Amino acid sequence: CEIKQLSDCLIRLLLDRRDGTRTSEALTPAAAARDEFQEELVIRPLHSGDIYASFQFRTLWDTDFLQEGQKVSHYRLFPKSLGQVLSKFSVRELHISFTQGFWRTMQWGQPFIPSPPGAELWVWFHDTVSDVDGNWKELTNVLSGIFCASLNFIDLTNTVQPSASFKPLGLGNATDHRFLRYATLPREIVCTENLTPWKKLLPCGSKAGLAVLLKSEKLFHSSFHSQAVHIRPVCQDEQCTSKAWELRQTLNVVFDLYTAGQGKKEWSLFKMFSRTLTEACPLATSSKVYVDITDNPELFELSPATPLLSQAVVLGDRRTYSVFDLTRAETFGQLRSLNLLLRWKGDGEMLRPLLHAERYVAGFGLQTGEIHTVIYNNHPYRAFPVLLMDSVPWYLQLYIHTLTVTSKSRDNKPSYIHYQPAKDRHRPHLLEMLIQLPPHSMTEVTVQFERALLKWTEYTPDPNHGFYVGSSVVSALVPSMVAMNTNFTQDQPLFSSFVPVKEESSYFVRVYTEPLLVNLPTPDFSMPYNVICLTCTVVAVGYGSFYNLLTRTFQVDEPSLPLAKRLANLIRRIRGVPLLT
Amino acid sequence: MGLLSDPNRRKALTGLLTRLNTPICIVCYLAGIVWFMGLAFEPFTLRTYMSENAMGSTMVEERFSSGERALSLAKEFDAHKRQARGMPVEWLVKAMQSRGLEVFTQSFSRKLPFPDENKERYMVRGTNVYGILRAPRAPRTEALVITAPCSPGNTNNQAVALLLALAQYFRNQIYWAKDIIFLVNEHDLIGTQAWLEGYHHTNITGMEYSPLQGRAGSIQAALSLELSSDVITSLDLVLEGLNGQLPNLDLANLFYAFCQKLGVLCTIQGKLQRNDWDTAEGYTHAAQTMMLMVLKQACGRSWGDHGLFLRYHIEAASVRGINSFRHYKTDATTIGRLLEGMVRKLNNLLERLHQSYFFYLLPSLSRFVSIGYYMPAFGLLAVILLLRVSFPGLCHCFSVSLQPSSPGVLTVLTPVVISHLTGVALYLLPVHLQEMAVEHFPVSETEAVVLTAIAIYTAGLALPHNTQRLLSGEGTEQGWKVLKLTALLYLAVLLGCTALINFSLGFILAVTLVPITASITPHMPKALYAVVMVLLSPAFTILYCVFIYQELIEAPVSVSEGWMLFLSVISQGILDHALYGSLVYPLLALFIYPCWLMFWNILFWN
Repeated sequence: CEIKQLSDCLIRLLLDRRDGTRTSEALTPAAAARDEFQEELVIRPLHSGDIYASFQFRTLWDTDFLQEGQKVSHYRLFPKSLGQVLSKFSVRELHISFTQGFWRTMQWGQPFIPSPPGAELWVWFHDTVSDVDGNWKELTNVLSGIFCASLNFIDLTNTVQPSASFKPLGLGNATDHRFLRYATLPREIVCTENLTPWKKLLPCGSKAGLAVLLKSEKLFHSSFHSQAVHIRPVCQDEQCTSKAWELRQTLNVVFDLYTAGQGKKEWSLFKMFSRTLTEACPLATSSKVYVDITDNPELFELSPATPLLSQAVVLGDRRTYSVFDLTRAETFGQLRSLNLLLRWKGDGEMLRPLLHAERYVAGFGLQTGEIHTVIYNNHPYRAFPVLLMDSVPWYLQLYIHTLTVTSKSRDNKPSYIHYQPAKDRHRPHLLEMLIQLPPHSMTEVTVQFERALLKWTEYTPDPNHGFYVGSSVVSALVPSMVAMNTNFTQDQPLFSSFVPVKEESSYFVRVYTEPLLVNLPTPDFSMPYNVICLTCTVVAVGYGSFYNLLTRTFQVDEPSLPLAKRLANLIRRIRGVPLLT
Repeated sequence: MGLLSDPNRRKALTGLLTRLNTPICIVCYLAGIVWFMGLAFEPFTLRTYMSENAMGSTMVEERFSSGERALSLAKEFDAHKRQARGMPVEWLVKAMQSRGLEVFTQSFSRKLPFPDENKERYMVRGTNVYGILRAPRAPRTEALVITAPCSPGNTNNQAVALLLALAQYFRNQIYWAKDIIFLVNEHDLIGTQAWLEGYHHTNITGMEYSPLQGRAGSIQAALSLELSSDVITSLDLVLEGLNGQLPNLDLANLFYAFCQKLGVLCTIQGKLQRNDWDTAEGYTHAAQTMMLMVLKQACGRSWGDHGLFLRYHIEAASVRGINSFRHYKTDATTIGRLLEGMVRKLNNLLERLHQSYFFYLLPSLSRFVSIGYYMPAFGLLAVILLLRVSFPGLCHCFSVSLQPSSPGVLTVLTPVVISHLTGVALYLLPVHLQEMAVEHFPVSETEAVVLTAIAIYTAGLALPHNTQRLLSGEGTEQGWKVLKLTALLYLAVLLGCTALINFSLGFILAVTLVPITASITPHMPKALYAVVMVLLSPAFTILYCVFIYQELIEAPVSVSEGWMLFLSVISQGILDHALYGSLVYPLLALFIYPCWLMFWNILFWN
């Protein structure tokens, strides 16, 4: 009972948080138009010297075709291809991300929108759907076509239904995880062919607005690239009388100091994207560029400077942003183009993210192994619970009795465990646990596994490369840094800082670990040939002579006569005399 | 088919084998030796070729140019090393961080079972420093390792410096698909072992180490670099690893291909390749190179830092810079380019190196002998044991001894058990009795261990081997035959298994053990045969190997020096087992030596 409460509490907190963001979004003054488009770019200089650029494009569509049951055929800003998919497969919520690279939490802090390496897809179906698996299968195939990705490799062997880790982010309070499907393809390689269809979903394409910066030769000359599409129902207005569909397209990219920045801590829009901004997308109601200047002026200088500042609590930290509004002409200045320039002055110290997780395979040999998941809580005095979700393919046969969770070299009993064992060739293992992380600790989750011997047609074309195991997902409500700094009274009045505000006291974070590459026992694939040769030889030599021995009738053979006697017998036969013996 | 089913011809065959048993055995033995020596003859060997497509056709362009900077770094490193009196950990961490790597350290400590007199260490405490170059847009699933040991004194400074220079150059490149780990390990093999155990979170040798903080997925290949001078004349490739494991032949091919491309002299076993295979000198040269490889492989130790990687299914080799008196010199830039080329090609790999051979012998870098060619040499020796088993007298008594009422089983069991107990004593006592030995005799711990081992070995010969008489009275004719049969089969299985894992070890043991074991009976002149048997016992085999090895590396030693070397080889063998899990010492002590004792038993059967 307590377990249930804890996980429910976590879920509720998560939902509360999302509600908060949603209401603030609904307040934007464009409720009159039926469609609305916003674009936004956030640039965050990272302490490592790298630079993080995060694009978000939000299309809001005030219609609710699912409930009314009517066909909607008029599309303005919302991409028709996605709208049709939503209505055809009764999708309530859809999240898809394509990521090339691994987000380095220890150097870069938390991303705005986390995603695991490869492709990730999770979908909540409407609760009227009867054949969820069938819809899921068709949906993945359709999306595979839309995004030019190998999503068609998603089948039941890599699909799971997490019970607590993935809750709907939009309207509605669906908690029946029978309508949820989650799958990752850690091997998926993301490149320009996935970017082009993604860009085509934008109302302005890549012709105008922020999207002109999205040139693949630069985006893929980076250390991290992630693009995603999130669709969810949101409130149409403040009273939330009717639903609207929100499509968020996000693209996150991190440029490397050494390979893209030539080792100089100097970044500009032109250096990053080899383009500058000249206009906003004409269809956009808002088009803004934010630059995180919280560490200014100690760390770097920004030019051109802008008087517009905005403060927000992002990921538990109070940040200050310079805002450049592209809908205003004065933003572009005399040159009619905006090229932001950031120049570092000194070295910043590395920030330690409060929550961090990593994973690796221990042991050697091709028979057994052990998966270690290490979760760090770097908060100096607060403990907090995390939900760990692991989906492991069936060919790693987990010994769940060897599951151990240890923190500070003491056994740490998870308060909630949901384990669904794998079925060979049908479904993967799913393990979800709610673990309390003690303050300033390292929690290690280990489980042993045995490597299965696959059928020889089940190996991939490059079997010696190894097999991938998708990232594990750590979802948590992390105590906020803002709440931590109770004696930080530099900028704020004293009356505001005694009791931390509820919304800011903790924030939701999802951390993905690295995927694993596991070698399975791999036969030599010239083996069939060898087997044929060996079998033929065994049959010919062994079976042949055995058969011969078994079927032959044995007789005592008479010793053959010497040549002289045989000659004599020949003569005797002619003569008709009895033969010699 | 006729052979099996035609009773006449079968009888003829058995008759032939029985009648000509001894000549056939002698012919087999000679044929085995000749076959083996023939392996080094060039027309009988195959030319090496790159099997892996991902490394073959995609030639890379080497652009590394900061060899000079590496050399000045080496001086800086040397100064810091002197200042820190050991590994300059902080300096290395800073140097790697400033080159844009993620840097981590690992501290480890290990108490050796007894002091290592060759390297003068007992309580080892050290730190490994490693930096990870994260490949852009790669999900941390695959990695390559470049390691350079931080050795005491003046050695290997250039290797560490070149490693740092390469790290700096590699960091600015965009084409990496695998993370690259730059590891500087202290206390050579012990450091590598600690790092590998930490990386794979295993503990097989009782090492104490701090857990690793940063990892980069499954390691695909590793290169170890040893370089002690600013210019070199040639590069030597070292392949032999722990327990005689070898890396995939493609790694050697890759090295050879780049040496050819960049015009660097390359050697294996320190021997250059010769082109005059049709002359006697040419053949001798190839045979010497191959013999060196066989000896190194047989001793089962890791001949460089790479050797410990092989256990983890990581293909690894050591590249060692040699500076001799030749005029033709290669500078650090070229070595850097060579490594750059090799690492870039390994980076291109889609799968682990698996296409080429794992079992091979190299008479030169461009020629190899695969398992299919060398195994017959061993097979010819092993078949002698089986032929002797089928010797009529033995065959007959085997069927007799199988009857439960016969005393045969008991008479065999006692010597077998006693021999093996001696073997267990040889395995356990030297290390455990060292303290007692040091108390009572004026020797150091190391000497105590080695001398105890030799004492137990010798005591094994003097053990009362006629215990079967207590059980069954006088030793019967049938008794020794059963024992010999058992011992022959046992030896055949032992050697067969050894040769499959470590051909060289199996072959060397077969060469010395097979002739005496095949011919031994109690009816021979005891004194003469006892001497011959002792001279062909496993311990003497090691002694001969020491002398042959010294002869082959052109550093011949006198008898007393050879004896000292022999003692140090034994102590190293025991240490290798304790520190890295080498299996040669337990194999010899627990199996080969007891097996040999069983034959010794037969000689003194009465």
